[in-house]
Amino acid sequence: MISLTSPIRTKAHSWPAGAKLATLCVSTVALFYVQNAAIHAAIFAGILTLYALPGGAFFMTGLRALRLLWPFIVVVAIWHLWTGEVALGAAVILRMMSAVALANLVTMTTLLSDMIDVVRTITRPLARFGLRPNILELAIALVIRLTPVLVEKGSLLSQSWRARSCRPSGWRIILPFTVLALDDADQVAEALRARGGFDTMKDT
Amino acid sequence: MEKNVTLIALFAGLIAALGIIPAITLGFGVPITAQSLGVMLCGTILGSKRGGLAVLLFLLVVAIGVPLLSGGRGGLGVFASPSAGFLIGWPVAAFVTGLIVEKWNGAPLMIIAGIASVVGGVIVMYAFGIVGMSIALDKTLLESTGLVTAFIPGDLLKAGIAGMLTSALAKARPASVLSRADAV
Repeated sequence: MISLTSPIRTKAHSWPAGAKLATLCVSTVALFYVQNAAIHAAIFAGILTLYALPGGAFFMTGLRALRLLWPFIVVVAIWHLWTGEVALGAAVILRMMSAVALANLVTMTTLLSDMIDVVRTITRPLARFGLRPNILELAIALVIRLTPVLVEKGSLLSQSWRARSCRPSGWRIILPFTVLALDDADQVAEALRARGGFDTMKDT
Repeated sequence: MEKNVTLIALFAGLIAALGIIPAITLGFGVPITAQSLGVMLCGTILGSKRGGLAVLLFLLVVAIGVPLLSGGRGGLGVFASPSAGFLIGWPVAAFVTGLIVEKWNGAPLMIIAGIASVVGGVIVMYAFGIVGMSIALDKTLLESTGLVTAFIPGDLLKAGIAGMLTSALAKARPASVLSRADAV
């Protein structure tokens, strides 16, 4: 499974992940206090400069990630052209793009393992309520490992559907897919228990 | 314990898989992915607590940078986008859906699971989504509601499918519908 971390090493890769996340929180909140479209344009230009610093490939990856916003940009643009509040519309669009771009920047410059370390740190107080951090980490690993397995099984199901019918399968294969997943859960749980289960796992 | 953690992780993976497998798109002109159907199924099959936790785990894995949302989206950016409210509403939606299936016994499972999916997976989810959108886009709640109405029929249909799948699953693997197993 491919993480969204950029393979292009930047200086920010070595910065502590917790500090990056805290900065992101503060700056996203701050973005919502700025109302002026010109300031928002300057902020967005600044963020684009940050994207451009590590080079062209990094910049293009960053822009591609922003593409998912286009329906919102179109809706807000039409809305505010209609009402005539063009400056307000520009501020809303720029703020939205800046907020998403900043968050993506943190994701692109932080390794998955560093993120998991942050998760471990912030969930430590939850141990009092019975959430053991190593179980959470195992669950994260299980999701990352099992998703491709499930995708493969689902693709096989849809292929075998297509071998039998010329109509698209749609939702009909979700039932056998779920049954397969439940049977897998049984087997994985058995396998975990056979290896000593959670009782033998050392707390980190 | 092992069983619960595995089920939660597996259903988190199931939500991901429903968004990745291209064949499972419920097309009505616009391809609608089955990921929110996965959220409803987490509630109707796993029950309130496990279902909610499965969705939370899925979102956690997305947040730390694995692109599991449909269309290969992921990372922290999706939680800053105008549709973030829907994502934040997902675990609550699964929890509410599961709670209704657990507590309500007086009707066929298909009806119960279908109505539970409408309440949790449509009403609760849209409540969160609309609030999120109104904050991000600087619109009133009513205006934001207008922007998302087009997607409600698709989600109502998914709730119906969730009801049918749950009752079919109760026949195929009776022990697996944990929302019911706990209630009895």
